[in-house]
Amino acid sequence: MNTEKITHLLRRMNLGSTIMMLFLVAIWSTPTVGLLITSLRPSSLAEISPWWEALFNPLSTVWTLDAYQASLESGMLASLINTIAVTVPATVLPLMIAANAAYAFTFLKFRGKEFFFATLVALMVIPVQSSLIPVLRGMVWLQRTFDIQLTGTYVSAWLVHSAFAMPLAIYTLRNYMMTLPVSLIEAAKVDGASFYQIFWRLVLPMSAPAIASFAIFQFLWVWNDYLIAFIFVGEQKSVMTYQLLRLLGQYGQGWRDVAAGSFISLIIPLIVFFSLQRYIVRGLLAGSVKG
Amino acid sequence: MGDIIFGLVSIVIGIAASYGLYWLLNFLLSLLPKRIHEKASWLAFLTPAAVLVILVLIVPLFQTLIWSFKDDRVKEWVGFKNYVDLFTDKRFLGILLNNFLWVLVVPAITVAIGTAVATLSNQVGPTRERIFKSLIFMPMAISFVAAATIWSYFYAYVPPGRPEVGLLNAVVKLFGSDAQPWLTMDQGRLNSFLLMAVVVWLQVGYSMVVISAAIKAVPEETIEAAQLDGANAWQVFAGVILPQVWGTVMSVFVTVLILVMKVFDIVLSMTRGNFTTSVLAFEWYKQFFENSNIGPASAVVTVLVLLIGPLMYLQIRTVQQQESLR
Repeated sequence: MNTEKITHLLRRMNLGSTIMMLFLVAIWSTPTVGLLITSLRPSSLAEISPWWEALFNPLSTVWTLDAYQASLESGMLASLINTIAVTVPATVLPLMIAANAAYAFTFLKFRGKEFFFATLVALMVIPVQSSLIPVLRGMVWLQRTFDIQLTGTYVSAWLVHSAFAMPLAIYTLRNYMMTLPVSLIEAAKVDGASFYQIFWRLVLPMSAPAIASFAIFQFLWVWNDYLIAFIFVGEQKSVMTYQLLRLLGQYGQGWRDVAAGSFISLIIPLIVFFSLQRYIVRGLLAGSVKG
Repeated sequence: MGDIIFGLVSIVIGIAASYGLYWLLNFLLSLLPKRIHEKASWLAFLTPAAVLVILVLIVPLFQTLIWSFKDDRVKEWVGFKNYVDLFTDKRFLGILLNNFLWVLVVPAITVAIGTAVATLSNQVGPTRERIFKSLIFMPMAISFVAAATIWSYFYAYVPPGRPEVGLLNAVVKLFGSDAQPWLTMDQGRLNSFLLMAVVVWLQVGYSMVVISAAIKAVPEETIEAAQLDGANAWQVFAGVILPQVWGTVMSVFVTVLILVMKVFDIVLSMTRGNFTTSVLAFEWYKQFFENSNIGPASAVVTVLVLLIGPLMYLQIRTVQQQESLR
């Protein structure tokens, strides 16, 4: 075989690109693999034997799920339930509210529409921290004055997550709704359908792809959020990020004990990620990413 | 068990109540005379969103602005004292420097690696491309807190004499140096850069996916034409592909920039802002939750909002451009 043929063959296999990609993927995966292996060994080993020893001698090492059991029993299971109870409504509610608003912005006529919409776009970049203290004090005031308990319950997290999701959710849903055929909606109106019926029977089902892709993002954000859960739900119904950070301790000295807990918190987002990756990519390309 | 049932019931009630709210609003409006009803029906769709945004975003934003001119317990007006205190405090200036470094380093590196990965993965065939991209994209699903634990193992430090369990230190030792307590080393802001690496790790997937889609949309003819003219792979990339995806690259850059301005969780979980790694959003957290100083905390976050302000302009301009293309 002459050199020209070899070069040609190499080019066809894209060996150079493949090797570089393999290298990058190895770097990208190593930290996660390290955590996974650590979590599958007895926690007493974390301090005396590096995880890559297990990788090189997989047969002579002890593999066990003890750390997972211990983690679930010491509060991670309760936190998992709290996280689900915070996340599911905090995904469904803002989408419902935003879809209604996006419908008004797309198909209904009213004064000040452009102004309201510009305000929403501007709010997309405002950091959440800028409104959290007044919201927290407002909730405490509600409790003192009217005896309505919001802090320390799921409801407060639902409300705050819903509000912060609003600008981006309305924006992306409106963009999608603008691509729907107006003639169909006009026809329904001629047939005597009310705006309410048009929304629920026509626009909402037709917007399903955009709603689904935003739902995935909102789910991941809320599931992975620490700050809002810490401020508004706190210890009473501690979510997994809260629990993990507590175990991790002031200077991260608890890292030896949190490997299994971290992986428990990752399982559901990773399942969502790998099974719905196509929709995630589609959503990203439609601009649904929180800055 | 009780917890699970309570959680389930909460979920069902929460969702049912919000559906009921819209039904009720529409019902109330339908009681009005038909002509007014037609004109006012937008209110039924918009009111819940508007109330939420006004009560949880807009009013509190102005409240924060006002409170930044008040004292720790928001009782007395103190004028610009909180701001003067901040900008005469060496520690706060260090925090601003940290934010500046984050903004300088993370978006640029994220976009550069994202572009590189997008270009490389475009050349390895569909199956390998899918697998490689998935693995690089995966950190997207990981929370900042979990990422912090993952990377704590990577940066782990044990005193000399004990077996090495941190991968970075193991590599350093391989090259003959001593193990270092990485996250406490603030010489040249080294530990801040190590925290930045974690955020780059989390964000490259996003930048890769968006830029990759733009590269795939580059017309094949333009690339072939350049190849016919004898351009090599690099010349094709720099002269043909890059100019055509530049708009996308910049929009990813701005998105990561805005995210990085607000960086918080990573600093909280890895160093608690110690060893001069603090940033604006963390300083806000510390002033409020550790010191209960509402006035100063509001001033810190106001500085953050003012710094993000110009980016708001960029955001609105991008939206306007998209609208005009419609």
